[in-house]
Amino acid sequence: MKIIVCVKQVPDTNEVRINQETGTLIRDGVPSIINPDDKNAIEGALALKDIHGGHVTVLSMGPPQAKEALKEALAMGADEAVLLSDRAFAGSDTWATSTILAAAIEAIGGYDIIFCGRQAIDGDTAQVGPETAEFLNIPQVTYAKHIKAVGDRVQITRYTEYGDYVIEAKMPLLLTAIKELNEPRFPSVRGIFKAYSTDDVKVWTLDDLKIDMTQIGLKGSPTNVFRSFVPVKEKNSLIIEGQNGKEKAAALINKLTDLKLV
Amino acid sequence: MNFKLSDAHAMLQKVAREFAEKEVAPLAAELDLTGEFPRETFEKMAKCGFTGIGTPIEYGGSGADDLAKAVVVTEIARKCAATAATLSIHSIFPSVIMKFGTEEQKAKYLPLCADGGKLSAFALTEPNAGSDAGAVKTMAILEGDEYVLNGTKCFISGGGQAEYLIIFALTDPAKGLKGLSAIIVERGTPGFSIGKIEEKMGIRASETVELIFDNCRVPKENLVGKEGKGFNIAMTALDGARIGVAAQALGIAEEALDEAVKYMKERVQFGKPLTALQGLNWYIAEMATKVEAAKWMVYNAAFLKQSGQPFTKEAAMAKLYASETAMFVTNLSLQIHGGYGYMKDYPLERMLRDAKITEIYEGTSEIHKVVIARAVLG
Repeated sequence: MKIIVCVKQVPDTNEVRINQETGTLIRDGVPSIINPDDKNAIEGALALKDIHGGHVTVLSMGPPQAKEALKEALAMGADEAVLLSDRAFAGSDTWATSTILAAAIEAIGGYDIIFCGRQAIDGDTAQVGPETAEFLNIPQVTYAKHIKAVGDRVQITRYTEYGDYVIEAKMPLLLTAIKELNEPRFPSVRGIFKAYSTDDVKVWTLDDLKIDMTQIGLKGSPTNVFRSFVPVKEKNSLIIEGQNGKEKAAALINKLTDLKLV
Repeated sequence: MNFKLSDAHAMLQKVAREFAEKEVAPLAAELDLTGEFPRETFEKMAKCGFTGIGTPIEYGGSGADDLAKAVVVTEIARKCAATAATLSIHSIFPSVIMKFGTEEQKAKYLPLCADGGKLSAFALTEPNAGSDAGAVKTMAILEGDEYVLNGTKCFISGGGQAEYLIIFALTDPAKGLKGLSAIIVERGTPGFSIGKIEEKMGIRASETVELIFDNCRVPKENLVGKEGKGFNIAMTALDGARIGVAAQALGIAEEALDEAVKYMKERVQFGKPLTALQGLNWYIAEMATKVEAAKWMVYNAAFLKQSGQPFTKEAAMAKLYASETAMFVTNLSLQIHGGYGYMKDYPLERMLRDAKITEIYEGTSEIHKVVIARAVLG
């Protein structure tokens, strides 16, 4: 079974602070981690490999320091790691990112399952997984909380707020993992030292991919962020005064009538 | 000169910290109350390869080095000194087998101790032989193809839980210290039983017991190294083990310092956080300086050991200094916490009790001064 896991390196939001004036993240000194849902995706892939055998490739797009996240995935037990890093990719929104990831997945080829995390804690869009599946033109099942591979098919329990769906789909397909899927394993000591003893993270640039330049980077991104800000929490409460309950109730009715709420 | 952990060691530190926060911290207070041995945590540490650090990969170990071991023990000790002690003491047996054992002993025991989840122990101390290892009375007399063990060991960490133990006994009582030998005894061997289980002040979940040998017969193949080399083996093992105790002490001290910093920022008295009080800030300065010094002493001793250089003096210095630092920092951190520090709702009183043993076991502070003075004076 050949599995590709898409992961993103994100700032550890437990330690993130916001610059109140600019509305941007203060990233100085904030440690980077593998996006939590993506860790569940890695574990999902490794667990399938434990049962069925196979090969797990981890794939990430990001600046050179995203190598750290891929090294951690290798230490957890992934077989191969590819980092997509090029100035031309900078500023990509979810559309552009999915375009690049899909091109890289096509370049790796021969896959049975693509795993993504549900969403990244820095953007929370939950779009990159589904968009990648669309670009690859393969089935997608999101919010996977249980997975079982049977023959050339995968049975997935899909978690939604309305109830669970049990879905079967034929490979190749794309799954997005949620934290309910599993408990990610810790990287082993042996895995850590092996991951750092060789420089086995492949770095691919624009030249390694077949890609339409108009669809990627800042210029190829249909989404533009005009401003980001921290919502101001306002508490406007009104205390209804009165001698007794009856008076207070009458005052409340008057107020609601004034506000045209009743 | 490069005062920085390698990328691999830094990643290991991060992973060990996550492990400690997730798997160790939630149990620490309860383990301290019950004194229950953290068997499940030990098995999880085996799965991550923590128990196999230092054992070569070809024997089922994790490979890596002494600095890796020190980094992991430190991180575990931040959250639970008893669990860290279990890990650190366990690692003595495989290191002795690796250095002095036969090929058969290595093939048999190392994979089981490395990642097989089997606990091991080291038994030197006796009621009348603490710092004075020469006063050991336990005997192991060769009869045919077997050694017959008789005697009592005391204060043996993990002895009641261990699958494999290395026992120091006299194979030639007439020769005294030169008749001391190291012998492997497996749990369940007839004639070997567990005596008193000690009630301790700290590291309560690291079970400490008495071992009784009453005509306990083990095959002569269980001899480690040569007859009469026991003292040398024990001292070599303790040199390495001291780095483990120093790492435990460092972990306790680091955590106590962090707790003090956190509390001083949160706690408001006289309308201001405690950080506004210069008297307390000076405590923090002293604590942080000692923790920093202890850290580099521990790392340096580990580095010297793994690079094959003499390290006895540096390991003794690191153990002496880190354990005194653990006592100093836990005591001041508790003081900064005031009444809350004295209560069991906060971890400080446990950490102070746990810190004390680091000044005593694997050689007292006083014995370490003897070792250091001898090395310095020549």
